[in-house]
Amino acid sequence: MSEADDQRRAENERLIEELLNGKHRALARVISNIENRAPGYRELVSRLHEHTGDATVVGVTGSPGAGKSTLVDKMAETYRDRGETVGVIAIDPSSPFTGGAVLGDRIRMASNVGDMDVFFRSMSARGTLGGLSTATTDAVKALDAFGKDRIIIETVGAGQNEVDIVGTADTVAVLVPPSSGDDVQMLKAGILEIADVFVVNKADMDGADRTVQELREMIHMRNDSPLAGTAGHHGVDESAIGDDTGDGEDDDGWEPPIVETVAKSGKGVDEFLETLTDHRAWLNASGELESRTRERYAEEIRRLLREEAAALVETEIESQGGLDEYVDAVAARQTDPYKVTDEVVGPIRDCIDEG
Amino acid sequence: MSTQDHEERTIRCLVAKVGLDGHDRGAHVIARAFRDAGFEVIYSGLHKSPDEIVQAAVQEDVDVLGISILSGAHNTLVPKIVAGLEEYDAFEDTLVILGGIIPEEDRPGLREEGVDAIFGPGASMQETIEFIRENAPER
Repeated sequence: MSEADDQRRAENERLIEELLNGKHRALARVISNIENRAPGYRELVSRLHEHTGDATVVGVTGSPGAGKSTLVDKMAETYRDRGETVGVIAIDPSSPFTGGAVLGDRIRMASNVGDMDVFFRSMSARGTLGGLSTATTDAVKALDAFGKDRIIIETVGAGQNEVDIVGTADTVAVLVPPSSGDDVQMLKAGILEIADVFVVNKADMDGADRTVQELREMIHMRNDSPLAGTAGHHGVDESAIGDDTGDGEDDDGWEPPIVETVAKSGKGVDEFLETLTDHRAWLNASGELESRTRERYAEEIRRLLREEAAALVETEIESQGGLDEYVDAVAARQTDPYKVTDEVVGPIRDCIDEG
Repeated sequence: MSTQDHEERTIRCLVAKVGLDGHDRGAHVIARAFRDAGFEVIYSGLHKSPDEIVQAAVQEDVDVLGISILSGAHNTLVPKIVAGLEEYDAFEDTLVILGGIIPEEDRPGLREEGVDAIFGPGASMQETIEFIRENAPER
């Protein structure tokens, strides 16, 4: 065991102890280590796991300018009024060119300034797809272990990455700004499926009613399941029956409610939080919470396995002198990418077979 | 240990406007330049109290705290921020830099308070960025 390892172990020991004792700086540093994937961060997260499971996690997503930060601010304020502690993770995009980012959500946390029991942390999407959802999951664990009652994840909803991130949450709220034909576009991007609650924010603006109406229609369309419908019209065949069973499972007994808020003034925020509580109660009663949690852990394990396996292969390739030779051979049509993969993975497969 | 534990160090900065000073053009320009240098920048917004700056610096675990003051209140505000950082054990490993209008005669005192560098109106952006790259705390 090298000296550096010993040092790191001692440092981790200190961080864990201080974090569990409620020291803000230690929590902040643990999240940094998670974000940086600093040496030893895995041990940190793995030590935290046993202290988690007490917080409720809500994801808030929506298009830029929908009012997410302002709503999150008001949520945090209301929770604090009830005496609960709050952790917020706000995720902003980073420049794909320089990796730099301006993380601006903090500005809108005006109601909670100077209140250390609202722990607000900005994170940027640092390039790698998937890496961010790992980091978010781990950062949520840190906040949970620290003893936060409520954790809010805030992210711009614009694609797969975001869908993965909010997947960390028990309840997902999707914010839709009034009017603007873009609503429908946003919902197309798979956001509809992840919403447990819809929030039409800025409800005092023109077009809010129409947006509520559009959303309602969309939710009903989902429930009426147009796919199964068309299949039915074409007569009874096996695939239609298959579809029907599929829909039966889909119908999970929770129809996403639509809440109207004006985050800036705080109007509707209480109702929104009530809806979140309702959803939580439903999750508990239906057993959905347990199955979602299990699915999440399964996915987490799968993801770590993928990463670890990929890293093993990477190391093996490096030790053989890198990919260049293979690339040359592929370019010269002497072999092809599939054969190369077989060649590299073959020895690993053999190991497993022997085991 | 695991090969996954490779380090990807990104420098995080808090660009802070503190007190009653409402001039944030410079802070915006600096925030953008930092971003383009590949830093992660958290901008505090205008009219923040020293407490708010401390809260942000501690929670965000920034490597660099850049304070912009053009109001002349630096001698009052900076020590409050430094004291706050110390209270939360965050002073030692945060690089504190100061920008704005800081008279020459005030500088030694501020340095003594714990400011690592002061960049006045003549300082180039590149100079500031280089300084941060070289002096960002080892963690």
